[in-house]
Amino acid sequence: MSAATTTPRRSRALNTLRDMAARPSGAIGLTLVTLHLVMALMSPWIAPFDYKEMNSALILGGPSAEHLLGTDHLGRDVFTRVLLGGREAFLVTGIATPIAMLWGGMLGVLLGLRGGWIDEAMMRLVDAFLALPGILPLLVLITVFGSGNEVLTPTLAFFFGIPVIRVARAAAHEVVARDFISAARARGHSPLSIVRHEILPNVTDTLLVEGAMRWSWMLLGFSALSFLGFGVAPPMADWGLMISDARVYMSLAPWGVLGPMIALSSLIIGINLSADALAKTLGLDQGRKAVV
Amino acid sequence: MANPPLIDIRGLCVGFRGRSGAMLPVLHGIDLQVCRGESIGIVGESGSGKSTLALAAMGYLKHGLQKISGEVIYDGADMFARSPSELAKIRGGQLGLIPQNSGQALTPTMRIGRQLDEALRLHCSLPEGAHSDRAIDLLTQVRLPDPAAILRRYPHELSGGQQQRVAIAMALAGEPDALLLDEPTTGLDVTTQAHILDLLRELARARNMAMVYVSHDLGVIARVCDRVQVLYAGETVLEGPVRAVLKSPDHPYARGLLASIPRLGDRSLPRALDGRPPAPGADRTGCVFAPRCALATDHCQTLHPPIITGEAGQATRCFYPEQTSEIDMTGSGAPLSCCAENSPLALSLNGVAIRYDRPGALARFMPARSRPPATVDDITLSLTLGETLGLVGESGSGKSTILKTIAGLLPPAEGTLTLGDGTALTPRVEQRRPDQLRRIQMVFQNPDESLNPRQSVANILGQPLRLYFGLKGRELRARAAELLETVRLGAHYLDRRPGQLSGGEKQRVAIARAFAATPEIVLCDEITSALDVSVQAAVLELLNDLKARHQSTFVFVSHDLTVVRALSDRVAVLYQGRLCEIGPAAAVYGAPSHPYTKVLLNAVLEPDPDHVPHLLTEDATELSPPACGCPFKHRCPVKIGRLCDTDTPPWQEATDGHAIRCHIPLQDLSKPDPV
Amino acid sequence: MIQLLLRRLALGFVTVWLVSVIIFLGVEALPGDACTAVLERDAHGEALAKCRADMGLNAPALARYVDWAGGAIQGDFGVSANGQDSITEIVGYRVRNSLLLAAGALSVGIPLSILLGAMAGLWRDTWVDILFSTGAIFAMTIPEFVAATILILIFAIWLGWVPAIVLTPADAPPLEFFPEFVLAAVVLTMIMIAHIMRMVRSSVIEVMASDYVQMATLKGVPYWQIVFRHALPNALLPAINVIALTVAWLLGGVVVVEVVFNYPGLGRLLIDAISDRDLPVVQAITMIVAATYVGVNLVADILGLVLNPRLRSHHMRRG
Repeated sequence: MSAATTTPRRSRALNTLRDMAARPSGAIGLTLVTLHLVMALMSPWIAPFDYKEMNSALILGGPSAEHLLGTDHLGRDVFTRVLLGGREAFLVTGIATPIAMLWGGMLGVLLGLRGGWIDEAMMRLVDAFLALPGILPLLVLITVFGSGNEVLTPTLAFFFGIPVIRVARAAAHEVVARDFISAARARGHSPLSIVRHEILPNVTDTLLVEGAMRWSWMLLGFSALSFLGFGVAPPMADWGLMISDARVYMSLAPWGVLGPMIALSSLIIGINLSADALAKTLGLDQGRKAVV
Repeated sequence: MANPPLIDIRGLCVGFRGRSGAMLPVLHGIDLQVCRGESIGIVGESGSGKSTLALAAMGYLKHGLQKISGEVIYDGADMFARSPSELAKIRGGQLGLIPQNSGQALTPTMRIGRQLDEALRLHCSLPEGAHSDRAIDLLTQVRLPDPAAILRRYPHELSGGQQQRVAIAMALAGEPDALLLDEPTTGLDVTTQAHILDLLRELARARNMAMVYVSHDLGVIARVCDRVQVLYAGETVLEGPVRAVLKSPDHPYARGLLASIPRLGDRSLPRALDGRPPAPGADRTGCVFAPRCALATDHCQTLHPPIITGEAGQATRCFYPEQTSEIDMTGSGAPLSCCAENSPLALSLNGVAIRYDRPGALARFMPARSRPPATVDDITLSLTLGETLGLVGESGSGKSTILKTIAGLLPPAEGTLTLGDGTALTPRVEQRRPDQLRRIQMVFQNPDESLNPRQSVANILGQPLRLYFGLKGRELRARAAELLETVRLGAHYLDRRPGQLSGGEKQRVAIARAFAATPEIVLCDEITSALDVSVQAAVLELLNDLKARHQSTFVFVSHDLTVVRALSDRVAVLYQGRLCEIGPAAAVYGAPSHPYTKVLLNAVLEPDPDHVPHLLTEDATELSPPACGCPFKHRCPVKIGRLCDTDTPPWQEATDGHAIRCHIPLQDLSKPDPV
Repeated sequence: MIQLLLRRLALGFVTVWLVSVIIFLGVEALPGDACTAVLERDAHGEALAKCRADMGLNAPALARYVDWAGGAIQGDFGVSANGQDSITEIVGYRVRNSLLLAAGALSVGIPLSILLGAMAGLWRDTWVDILFSTGAIFAMTIPEFVAATILILIFAIWLGWVPAIVLTPADAPPLEFFPEFVLAAVVLTMIMIAHIMRMVRSSVIEVMASDYVQMATLKGVPYWQIVFRHALPNALLPAINVIALTVAWLLGGVVVVEVVFNYPGLGRLLIDAISDRDLPVVQAITMIVAATYVGVNLVADILGLVLNPRLRSHHMRRG
């Protein structure tokens, strides 16, 4: 349906956000993500205790007015650690996700446009990487090079970019089949110009939604690594690590696992709900063709 | 009327809920009565609500649509008040539907036999054991060859015409009292269409069925209907006997619609109908057609006209039915531009052959003889500067393929392309020099596909301007605005996106983009076939105008012989990727002509009740061209024997520049009816 | 058709071969080898040289690759890093246990997810759909170790229905795994149902809006016949590939879940092997998982070809 209004470029992002917030899933999702973002940024100033300050008198203490979520097996304040526990995850995945989307997306689009034997060979390689047990390459690299952020960030960015190649290639394929690409080719534009002016504007929406989903999966992966003992190193506060530690004392102090579990789950659910709302706002969800 | 109507639609209003929550009507108080044995046509352009009306006659509305008021009486009760089980009994039983695109309306995972059997099980009174015989009987009735084999096929294994026949057989399975046909021949080739219409007429007569025939094509309506109802923006504006309506319609819209249809008989541009119908939910206080009407007065703007029945049996929704005859229905009168004699050469194709299949690693070592024949073969053509060459043929004739090759998108397997100045045109577009690229521009069939939905009009027009002329900033915008003016769109369109334009406006933008390069040769690939007929007329007028102004050479591809006729200086007829006939338009459309050209011309439908198409041959669809002999040998009504099977026919020169490729001597081809 | 199947099969082999090369090169590129892992602090001088000579590590990389890959094809993955245990034997039981877990999850999960997905799609935008779809988002997004921990908290600690900590040896008879098996299977089933259900739902919605379902309605076919004859066969075709991906994921060792529940499957063996730097075992597991992944996807492709008449003859004409 045609609307006579024109939308200037800058406000498109704002409009999209507004439309997302108008949906229940978007409203809840965006609120959760914003809360977490604020928490990650502000926590060093609002946390009531020092995250690594141990108190042997207060081991596995229950919730109290002073310690809202009790204390852990080393007598550290759980509430403080929950507040701070997302910072590493935010930092690493916040950098690695855009990098993964960027390199995977660009490579995928180029392969989708070019086709031919290079495309065929690259896709076999992508298949081979996808056939590896998901977490293995991460684990191997971490055992060898350690689990510092300088290792985790590029590793995650690399391995999470591989499936993006497939998605971007499929999206580009759909666009390449359309006549405006033939028109651009017939005019004699260079492949790079075709990618920039004709293909990218048509795949960015798909990649945006994909990026949101990948971010939540990367967070899952990141916290799973911590949980398995391959990620963030103690005494740093991290949700995955905290859950792993507190699980042992679960029967004595269930609040110790509940706090980080709620924090982690709410962030990931928030991102997914936002991604869902984004897909609907951009009209990318299937089976919802407009009437008339 | 003596007998009561079979289907009686009264005051039907249907609408959908818009984003704002308001109810937006798409049908406004429609009345429609159909009696047994009667055939009524519903005609209108896209968005007129005609398909919604046909489905509503079965008590069905598409998802999102709601009935606002009115009723659809069938067999004494309102269809919308019936229970699902009652409806299931009537649908496919007494009321049969033949859908627009049977290729999509047949379930892809079920064999034809199972789908027919399902219809028989649900609606046929015969015992279970007789069903398979009945299925074969039905397929024979719709004239499908080898019915037993068809029953075992899946829908996608049939051609479009065959799928449509299966759909008809399925509707007949329920022994219907009435058939509802929703554009059943749209998208089919002219010859196939003529055959299907013939079949429908006969079936309706033999079974005394009522038919409600929905179409955008007045030629089709003229062929099968007794009465016609014209819909405009969801409202009946004219109703009456087909003959009266087509000869002298009492409503200005119907008159305009008729005038916009190109005719085979005269070579002139049809008259365009300016403006566009109101969107659903728009203000409708006055006459809905008033903004586009030549007769409109202040009265029309403020008062909604009632239906008035005139003497000839036409019921029209117009205040001034007697004045409508004053509206000129003849061609637009615009002088047809014509190329100058002896103008220089612009482009020539020499023995061009095109293949889609790339030889695999194995095939390369095999002798060339064992490869399938080329999709397009032996095309030798030349174009002079400023001339328009029309390429006609049915689907699969390779006409668009040739355009792609000229554009460099599909390199030829054999043959060469040469520009007017004698330089060879590089086969691949990627290797062409910038000036070669600029000189050849292409306009595609469907502007929804050929315009990037993410770019503004300014950006779309800016692409060639930047590429060929290095324009930037204000200069670029000014030139883009200028281009919009040449296609009669204002500069205020610059910041819109394709999604905000109508179909006709989009195609104008696509044309402007081609002319941005100031090309010498413009390739037009079915550029009007996605448009409504009134919009098509306007685009044809625009092309004629541009042709006169720019002295460009056009290659105009279309399946529609009347459209090609209206615009072309010379016409080439293609069958299975091979040229059959080429020559000046008047000569090709006259005599002598190739048997295939004759078949095509005879199958054309015109919005004239006196025009009767002649079906000269079966409409069998061929999948690939024959390896030897005449490409038309399987369907030719006047095949002369072995010679046609074995030898490629020679070119025979008739008059100046008119050549026919056939074994039959020219004087025999000149006879009006070769059969 | 046959040609197409052979092509798919060949591509599958190419992928598996590429995996083997990636793994081999990856292990080569790592600092240290099997001997440094076994000898640990004694890995220097003569002991190291002797060990390397014993294990054939001084041979050129290509020869070692051929040796290893040749063994792997015959199901012989060599010995583990401690130089004693046959990897094939260690891995064998783990594969069985992982298969057991996957079979449990799949047998419940596939039918249930199709049922729920079809219901949500058919009754789109009703409370059924909203309930199922929201549930799916939660099941998909809550980290598996969180879901697992919650289940342990509720069923093991608060209700006491299953023991919280179990230690069953990998080679125990299948029935002895029951306590840790149940909760692990529940977690996996939840996740896979969520994924397949969403796919089935959107596919059903698309098919129900298709021309042929409208045509069937107007042919007078009763609603449930439309659903079962016309809609579902078409809606489930694209679901095959998603099901294949979840099957591959389940068979490929679900590391986190196996660790949480202490379930002696392939996933936990992988973690243990990495912690111990037992590279031969890591290589073996990876090859098995990759081959499974390729195999399952191959089966799905073939199934898709066989069940979809359109694909089938489309390729026949070309092939």
